[in-house]
Amino acid sequence: MPKYKQTEEIIKLMSNKVNIRNCGTLAHVDHGKTTLSDSLLAGAGLISPKIAALALALDYVEIEQLRQMTVKAANVSLLHERNGQSYVINLVDTPGHVDFTGHVTRSLRVMDGGICVVDSVEGLMTQTETVLRQGMEEKVRPLLYINKIDRLIKELRLSPQEVENRLLKIIQDFNAMIETYADPEFKEKWKVNPNKGQVAFGSALHKWGFTLPIIAAKKMKFADIINAYTKGEIEGLQKEFPLDTAILDMVVDHIPNPVDAQKYRIPKIWKGDINSPIGQAMNNCDEKGPLVICVNKVIVDAHAGPVVTGRVFSGTIHEGETVYGLMCKTEGRVQQVSLYMGPYREITPEMAAGNIVAILGLENVRSGETLVRPADKEMMSPFEKMKYISDPVVTMAIEPKFSRDLPKLIDSLHKMAIEDPTLTVKINQETGEYLIAGMGSLHLEIALWDLKQRTGGIEITTTPPIVVYRESLTKALGPFEGKSPNKHNRLYASVAPLSEQTVKLIQDGTIYEDMDTKERARILREQASWETDEARGIWAIDSFVNMFVDATKGLQYIREIKDTLVQAFRLDVAEGPLAREPIRGMKVTMNDATVHEDPAHRGPAQIMPAIRDAIFCGFLSANPVLLEPIMKLDMKVPQDYLGGVTRIVAGKRGRIISLDQAGDVMHLISEIPVSETFDMSDELRSATAGKAFWGTEFARWSPVPQSLTAETIRKIRERKGLSPEPPKPEEFMSM
Amino acid sequence: MGSLKFIGLGLYSERGMSLEGLEKAKSAGKVLLESYTSLLPGLNLQNLEKLVGKEVKIVDRRYVEDGKELLSLSSSEDVAMLVAGDPFVATTHVDLRIRAAKLGIPVEIYNAPSIILVAPGAVGLQNYKFGRSSTITFPPPHSDVPYDTLKLNRGSGLHTLFFLDLKAEEKKFMSVGEAIRLLIAMEKRRREGVIRKDLIFIGLARVGGPEQFIKAGRGEELADLDFGTPPHAIIVPGKLHFMEVEALIMFAGADKRLVEMNT
Repeated sequence: MPKYKQTEEIIKLMSNKVNIRNCGTLAHVDHGKTTLSDSLLAGAGLISPKIAALALALDYVEIEQLRQMTVKAANVSLLHERNGQSYVINLVDTPGHVDFTGHVTRSLRVMDGGICVVDSVEGLMTQTETVLRQGMEEKVRPLLYINKIDRLIKELRLSPQEVENRLLKIIQDFNAMIETYADPEFKEKWKVNPNKGQVAFGSALHKWGFTLPIIAAKKMKFADIINAYTKGEIEGLQKEFPLDTAILDMVVDHIPNPVDAQKYRIPKIWKGDINSPIGQAMNNCDEKGPLVICVNKVIVDAHAGPVVTGRVFSGTIHEGETVYGLMCKTEGRVQQVSLYMGPYREITPEMAAGNIVAILGLENVRSGETLVRPADKEMMSPFEKMKYISDPVVTMAIEPKFSRDLPKLIDSLHKMAIEDPTLTVKINQETGEYLIAGMGSLHLEIALWDLKQRTGGIEITTTPPIVVYRESLTKALGPFEGKSPNKHNRLYASVAPLSEQTVKLIQDGTIYEDMDTKERARILREQASWETDEARGIWAIDSFVNMFVDATKGLQYIREIKDTLVQAFRLDVAEGPLAREPIRGMKVTMNDATVHEDPAHRGPAQIMPAIRDAIFCGFLSANPVLLEPIMKLDMKVPQDYLGGVTRIVAGKRGRIISLDQAGDVMHLISEIPVSETFDMSDELRSATAGKAFWGTEFARWSPVPQSLTAETIRKIRERKGLSPEPPKPEEFMSM
Repeated sequence: MGSLKFIGLGLYSERGMSLEGLEKAKSAGKVLLESYTSLLPGLNLQNLEKLVGKEVKIVDRRYVEDGKELLSLSSSEDVAMLVAGDPFVATTHVDLRIRAAKLGIPVEIYNAPSIILVAPGAVGLQNYKFGRSSTITFPPPHSDVPYDTLKLNRGSGLHTLFFLDLKAEEKKFMSVGEAIRLLIAMEKRRREGVIRKDLIFIGLARVGGPEQFIKAGRGEELADLDFGTPPHAIIVPGKLHFMEVEALIMFAGADKRLVEMNT
């Protein structure tokens, strides 16, 4: 591999902070960012230019090549010469599929700039908007690369003028999104101007590309390029206008170096005290400061174990030193420090602030972790809680065909869950089945494929995908009484739906369980109209978006049973009474309790059933509803096929949200319940003769229509081996 | 018409119940043995079944607390419920008694010795000088109630009897050593000077039976002493009468100087 020639040089350069750029790609699936990444790799001499467009070095697994889609974010360090200076470009690859936004968010945190890849034919799509919005939240400076220009010429046969108009429209749309989503201070600063070289155009597949300053320097005009391509002078274009130069020049010129970037990014993406020594060190990207690494990804290597990748925001990490993870709350010894070269790692003794590093030896670290030296663990507050935009909504049971393969299966599932925090793996305690849950049917499809690769192709059997539901309530009621089985303890709790604003605050990570109580109370008072007293009594905020609030005053022994109550609350909301699906959007308020003095009579076996009875009796009395996940389908389809598509949407209980015409292509946005989407891809493909492009993403939770509720609940209960009818509130009232 | 008869078994074996209790168990339609509130070290189920002349069904906490089946049985036939110690000394079965009374089911009680009565006598302490009792439970969750109870009793010069937690389903019984370590941990948390180095603890094992073992001493001494098979209990004396001092030395192997320090 020729790449090794350049590694030493890169290591040397990595200590020169102003010549470092940390960036990545942001794009809709299929818009070509993996092909772009490979062109960049080729340009940096890492792999042969000829195979770059086909090799897809950043896509580790075959399925992604098949689907032309990058599932896992990887990092790669590149070298680029510009105006006689050498720059190191740490390129973080991010997935384009919204089913996996967990990866995107974590990738965004470690990069200062993002190249938005947009297909010139399809234009900006919902997922582009989603990922751009997330980028703005993480203060990632956006640049624009309009890809597949060749399609405008070859497929759509547009004239040079029409091509220009089309491109201008994309740039305008892009800037409009920045106007909408960027913080006020960046709205103007971050809009892209093609004349300043902040927009690149090209064809990643054919490895040519340019910015307006580049062609201006060669005394050429836009139309000259179009004409050259039309005449089939591709090799000339490749030679004269290599894509990697266009992109990397743009990166060097317009993405800030880490020293400049951390000055404005750290106060936004990190909630700690910016004036503390550690805050200042990060602010200044100080390689001599306390060590701070924000982990964006963990991959389990078959030989090396977990490979932890992250950004060094301050200090320098050395081989052999001990670091502490603020989330896993354990220490680990750094066995190896390396930089990432696509699928390969290059060992280096140390890595300084401003860079992306790969670390071996840290078993317990997961993505999202903040690493510091053990001595600094009290002083450092972790990077804000990761916000996940989507919940897992589809699940399936999985088992090996032959039981001898079970250990392999378990081992691989374990690794996959480490690498992909959005993939949930758990064991059904009653049946012993392994369950995997993901963000959509496609996510699970890919996970299964991945599983087969990892296990060397063991045969597995799966159940059909099962949609995950939520249970919720529509009335505030209570208090309800719950008695312990020994009848010596009586607990009183009320239930209520959480307000929409509160749900939003929890979901976007603004408030969370282990944050400062007063700060949380302030936010809830100001943004969700909570009473201060009530807001200060929050005991627990559950990941299914429920809250447990203590409203008791000076009760004896309440402190001693609090942990048990909270533990019970978490178990109860994880499996609601309607269909043992998680409860969502419920506030449980502890109003009163009479508790036995002797701890032997109020152990968990007594307290947990008591609070469960109060919660479930209340929940079932408060007009409970079943919520189903709704998928957003964003599609561009030729007009001729629209009728077929709308029929499919309507037949799947779908709803059309908007329909716009762009030339002879219709842009259709609709919402469809996830439970109806399993065979949708095939149906859409055949109804549109493969001529439609679409993406799906999770939209929201919505009540199952009244007419279907009882039947849906019955089906879930039967699947779980429960009695077909959900319990009545009276069943949770004790005599 | 049935009935519900609570019959105490005393502290050691099936032979601890009263003759009257035995008669009632023999004549009952069903005999149940409650298995979760305590443990009789010498109990032999076969011998018990021979004694009462019928099958004895062992029932767990869920069965007793739920009570539905038990009460419906008792409404149509005589049910004898055998209980370790005395049926109503621990508060556990009062709910059943109330529910039976509400349903009009006659309840009969046949008492037997309880640890509360036997333990003080076994170590030579005077029963009327005991304060509140408390259970030392397996954490989590941690409870400081034993510490508060001890503080309250010691403040009034009263003796304290501690029951030690058990999880019958898991065959887990707290030992004297574990309990003392938990008390010392409470002192470390609270630092109110209730448990000092020279405080006397009396460890009791299998009280009321032939293998009874009792030893008084400093906490750290007893924490490492093997008291053998369960059940165990602990007494922390308050202000000692001179007769109690003498008894502790004679019956609990207390160190003379240590006891005198505590009078």
